[in-house]
Amino acid sequence: MESNCFVLLVEVVNYLVLIICVLVGVAFVTLLERKILGYIQIRKGPNKVGYMGLFQPFSDAVKLFSKEQTMPIMSNFIIYYFCPIFSLFLSLLVWSVLPYDVGLVSFNMSILFFFCCLGMGVYSVMVAGWASNCKYSLLGSLRSVAQTISYEVSLALILLSFIVLLGGFSLELFNKYQNYIWFMFLSLPLSLIWFASCLAETNRTPFDFAEGESELVSGFNTEYSSGGFALIFMAEYSSILFMSVLFVVVFLGSNPCSLVFYLKSMFLAFVFVWVRGTLPRLRYDKLMYLAWKSFLPVSINYLFFFIGVKSLCFVLNL
Amino acid sequence: MITMFYISTLTLLICYIVMTLASLISKKTIFDREKNSPYECGFDPKGSARFPFSLRFFLIAVIFLIFDVEITLLLPLASIFNITKVFSWLFTSTLFLIILLLGLYYEWFQGALEWSK
Repeated sequence: MESNCFVLLVEVVNYLVLIICVLVGVAFVTLLERKILGYIQIRKGPNKVGYMGLFQPFSDAVKLFSKEQTMPIMSNFIIYYFCPIFSLFLSLLVWSVLPYDVGLVSFNMSILFFFCCLGMGVYSVMVAGWASNCKYSLLGSLRSVAQTISYEVSLALILLSFIVLLGGFSLELFNKYQNYIWFMFLSLPLSLIWFASCLAETNRTPFDFAEGESELVSGFNTEYSSGGFALIFMAEYSSILFMSVLFVVVFLGSNPCSLVFYLKSMFLAFVFVWVRGTLPRLRYDKLMYLAWKSFLPVSINYLFFFIGVKSLCFVLNL
Repeated sequence: MITMFYISTLTLLICYIVMTLASLISKKTIFDREKNSPYECGFDPKGSARFPFSLRFFLIAVIFLIFDVEITLLLPLASIFNITKVFSWLFTSTLFLIILLLGLYYEWFQGALEWSK
């Protein structure tokens, strides 16, 4: 019993350390984004605060948190107030599926848990847009919800093909099975589709219709200021970081207890920013066609293929 | 399970503390009726924001619901592999996927996926 309590304590403390590191990481990802976007657009980016702009995220945070908090009179205030909390909560909780060998919660069903968190994430955007009772917010949240649920289907089907291949729902299996070859080489088109779906899922640039700032002022978070906006922002960037980490786990298999893992995740986060600096926004109907008419059929057909591969491996005793 | 309970409670607490902190230390200025009205590019808000929206969004949600239920049915595919005969596993999963795929193509053919006509 005593050892049980000790294990529990270790796991909770480890998770807390992970969460704090994620939040610091989120701060520096924003700096990375601004810096890279700056160099892509041939300017310098933030380079004054602290040493070479290294403390920019902290000054940003202090600024954001000390700004005035608005209380829109037309809004459903309680829901409006709690939505950012819910959103950040979900995108931090999903980090517990990370397949560390020791010390964290080790799920057998980590992929299912990931899907649950992904599915719940839609609600925070939808309710935030609805509760702030502003036309721009409502339009932004509608668009964002339609886009997110469309891409969630293909995301789930892609992961399902690997689940069938591995025969389990644990992310630790991905480490074990990618010892000799990365799944990226095994199925390159699938990994590219996964990456595009991740971009759409986190509302990143070629698909950032949740905040199309040219037509909707800031999308679903138009009415948010100071703390609420900061929390939504942190939730968004934390889910971007998580998606890049998950890409590394699923396709570029490596153990989270190695340095290479973090270098690859860094590179993926860089690619997220790179895409933002390079591609223009899509048209909304094309986004829907991309999800339903090309990604979905391709991923279902791949699932077919992987079912065949699995049975063939079994029959041939491989 | 109990770990998960503690972890989620703690995470919720952290998020809540951050939000409360932001509410406490934010510099409040005078409450102004104009400032607290819904943002509409500087104009007075025209009508309620709870307006009817395009049926397309609703239709997409319905199609999503169908596919999500099908994914839920597909999920045990991996875990039942070890306790069934491989041929029956292959046969049933292929049948299910063919229905899924033909259903998708049928929707496509009927124009349920068209965003604008």
